[in-house]
Amino acid sequence: MPNVSVIWPLCANYFVAVLLLLGMHGAQAAPQHLSEQEARHLLLRSGFAPTQAQVDAVQGQGAAQAVDALIAQALLAKPSASPAFISPAPAFTTAPAPLYRAAQASRQEQQAFRQEQNRLTQEIKNWWMLQMLQTPAPLAERMALLWHGHFATSQQKVVRAQAMWNQHLIFRQHALGNFQTMLHAIAKDPAMLVYLDGANSRKDAPNENFAREVMELFVLGEATVPGMGGVSAQTGLGGYTEADIREAARAFTGWSIEPGDFSYMYRPRFHDSGSKTLLGNTGNFDGGAALDLMLARPQAARFVATKLWREFISPNPEPVALERIAQVLRTSNWSIAAALREVFLSDAFWDAGNRGALIKSPVELLVGTARQFDLKVPQPQLLVQRSAQLGQNLLMPPNVKGWPGYTQWINSTTLLERKRFLEVALRDAVAGKSPEAMAAAPNTPSSSIFAAPTPMQLPAAPIQPLRFDASAWLAGYGARIDSEPGFTEKERIVSAILSYTATQNIANGTVGLSLIRVLVQDSAYQLK
Amino acid sequence: MVTALANTRRSFLQHSASAGLGLYTWAGAQAQTASPAASNTPAALANQAAAKDRILILIELKGGNDGLNTVVPYADPHYGALRPSIALKADELWILDDKTALHPELKALQALWAAKQLAIVQGVGYPQPVLSHFRSIEVWETSSKAQEVLSDGWVTRAMQAGLGARAAYTAQGVVVGSGQYGALAGAKAITLNNPDAFVNQARLATPSATRGNAALQHLLEVEGNVGQAANGLRGERYAFATEFPAGAFGNAAKAAAQIVASQRGKAGVPVMVLTLGSFDTHQNQLGPHANLLGQLAQGIKALQGALTELGAWERSLLMTYSEFGRRPKQNNSGGTDHGTAAPHFVTGGAVRGGLYGQAPDLSRLDSSGNTAHSVDFRQLYSTVAQHWWGIDPLPVVRGQFDTLDFLKG
Repeated sequence: MPNVSVIWPLCANYFVAVLLLLGMHGAQAAPQHLSEQEARHLLLRSGFAPTQAQVDAVQGQGAAQAVDALIAQALLAKPSASPAFISPAPAFTTAPAPLYRAAQASRQEQQAFRQEQNRLTQEIKNWWMLQMLQTPAPLAERMALLWHGHFATSQQKVVRAQAMWNQHLIFRQHALGNFQTMLHAIAKDPAMLVYLDGANSRKDAPNENFAREVMELFVLGEATVPGMGGVSAQTGLGGYTEADIREAARAFTGWSIEPGDFSYMYRPRFHDSGSKTLLGNTGNFDGGAALDLMLARPQAARFVATKLWREFISPNPEPVALERIAQVLRTSNWSIAAALREVFLSDAFWDAGNRGALIKSPVELLVGTARQFDLKVPQPQLLVQRSAQLGQNLLMPPNVKGWPGYTQWINSTTLLERKRFLEVALRDAVAGKSPEAMAAAPNTPSSSIFAAPTPMQLPAAPIQPLRFDASAWLAGYGARIDSEPGFTEKERIVSAILSYTATQNIANGTVGLSLIRVLVQDSAYQLK
Repeated sequence: MVTALANTRRSFLQHSASAGLGLYTWAGAQAQTASPAASNTPAALANQAAAKDRILILIELKGGNDGLNTVVPYADPHYGALRPSIALKADELWILDDKTALHPELKALQALWAAKQLAIVQGVGYPQPVLSHFRSIEVWETSSKAQEVLSDGWVTRAMQAGLGARAAYTAQGVVVGSGQYGALAGAKAITLNNPDAFVNQARLATPSATRGNAALQHLLEVEGNVGQAANGLRGERYAFATEFPAGAFGNAAKAAAQIVASQRGKAGVPVMVLTLGSFDTHQNQLGPHANLLGQLAQGIKALQGALTELGAWERSLLMTYSEFGRRPKQNNSGGTDHGTAAPHFVTGGAVRGGLYGQAPDLSRLDSSGNTAHSVDFRQLYSTVAQHWWGIDPLPVVRGQFDTLDFLKG
């Protein structure tokens, strides 16, 4: 029989809190005391799948306290704030950019240059994967990855590894910083200037590529209704027309690069300094002014808020709550951290109906599995390769729209590859069942007459496999690899591994190691 | 009556498929008691029986193919004027007639053209064109109007309109080498890179009758589609005498041919989708574009060879598509920006080769500097639905569109 005198003040507090929150937020308020499952939900959604120790550390805190701590930690992980959060950068990134002019190089030299740049890019990918595996601030890594997908740029076109590195540092520096500052930095970023052809855009025939994508994919969303061919200039959801794209392209002319060392360079003779009419405003706009005109549109904050909602809450933004996040972006002068706080404290984030409503990205699946099960990863390159096979090739997004995400992650090829990875990764490495060598990519059996379509280079030497100490992991839940866990232990293991109801029945007599392997093969494991 | 109607339609539409000219529609055919496509006539039933084995191979030219440097109006003075540094020189082109030429890298298709099995449909587009890659490809793949958003692909709607009930297909469709279901979104379709690897890994699928949220439903549908497809795709691989070109597209073509080979005596895979790209040539486009068209032509040629080896060429139809063409006026980066209408290729043993549609009118560009379309892409789909599959095009393309005459009767 619980002590009533203890319960009552808690109830009273709860009652007052509910009243306050009902007035502000509706029924599904952010919890005052995080349960184990709520703590796990917050950590899984804001970072990568947590260990039990990480869950235990957050459980019992208020949601606001926990969220503020996550954000503060992620802000500390900025490269300029605390280098201790990240391991040393690949050596080449600190050397001066190599001087290289493709136009003056022989075909052979060009090929050698490209191969070397691909090799260096692999170093960056490996380095990034290592950060994601080891970071104490997973939210910072998730945000860097989100912005990489948002301002998608592929090394396949940019070629230069150092340019990709410099762009990556922009995403890290502004991961939770100021969206406006980041947008301006990205618009002048040499990798972006090459990827979307801004570097060669001149006033006499401006290249529309960047102007179109910055409005459609970076700031405003799809125009959806074109103002074309004599049709009056209708505007769609994005609130702009083809004429706006042409005018913006004029504004961005002159933002270019120095082709030798690949640094940003303004070329006044390329720039169209004439008057432009953009989004209803007329003036002698340059690129920076054009970006600010786009950001001033009410749709801009809604567009960015939608991106955050789909990344962290659910596939379907709720208009009123979405507008609240957008308003935070506007009133905070584009503070991403402030918007994230609103996201993680929103009713929808805590709504039990949204648990398991999202699908893990390849990186989340791989890194989360490695972190949660404490897998030893001798070479991060293995996970870089698996991620590419699963459809998320770091530094090589499929196109300027980035990775479409959600159900688009899952087709029969990628789902089978995910399951294949989990089957191999979660074998017990200690109890005599050594994992098979994973050198051969699973989608390219040696007998196959087909080459894999992925542009990844396979290494010459076999990559060392992951190692899973199943006994140690199960001991944390009072279970053993070779005997069936008790009811309570089993329930705890299930809820630690799945964030949604299992689709497969677990047969009586399933021993500890088999239980793990059954659960990670369940489709529900793909959800978060 | 039947013959007269069909002949009238043919002579009327042949080489003049501009929108609004053709009058033959499904509804019109249905009104004729003995029309060739009415679903209850002996001819139609025979057609449907044969249609069960028919194969449609869609080839996506991802990124928006530059139609003007693919099918070149070399005699039009506007062409050279609009493209001072990227216009192709007449003496390098593959000349078809006094107005029309093809990019030299397409010469691998010469045998098909000579055999009158290559149809080139010019000016394919749609009203109020969208210049966004991502929206426009959705319009094509779902056969929607420019402003509407649909979830099911157009092939999926064909399955729902009767095609899917013809046989217990191994899979309603297979997407080779790309992860996007596209025109097959919502169908009982699979994606794969390589049929062997797919069959090997299919044991990992664990179908379940459970229901759950939308994300889980998608996962379970994908798992459910794997098992049946894997059973149907299992078996020895065929040793083709045909050589396939190196590279991802050649590999995809070979995978498609292997899938056709694996279906002898089985229920079949009626639709496959291959992807080639990226055609998004905003900058220095001459080299990359030539390379892509070379891959396309070599890949189609290899498919024709392999499908002929299998005795399947007569029942195969290959058709290209792309989100849009590119701007007639080049930009200052030696490339072209997003455009509208573009030519597309249709080939197969049952194809009546030749030029269809109208060459782009470069003297009349719209406010964004693009050409008007002369053929709606839904006319191509309607033609496939009605004359290749023998089903009512109306629910497939969501509207009545005149069919084209590129299929032999």
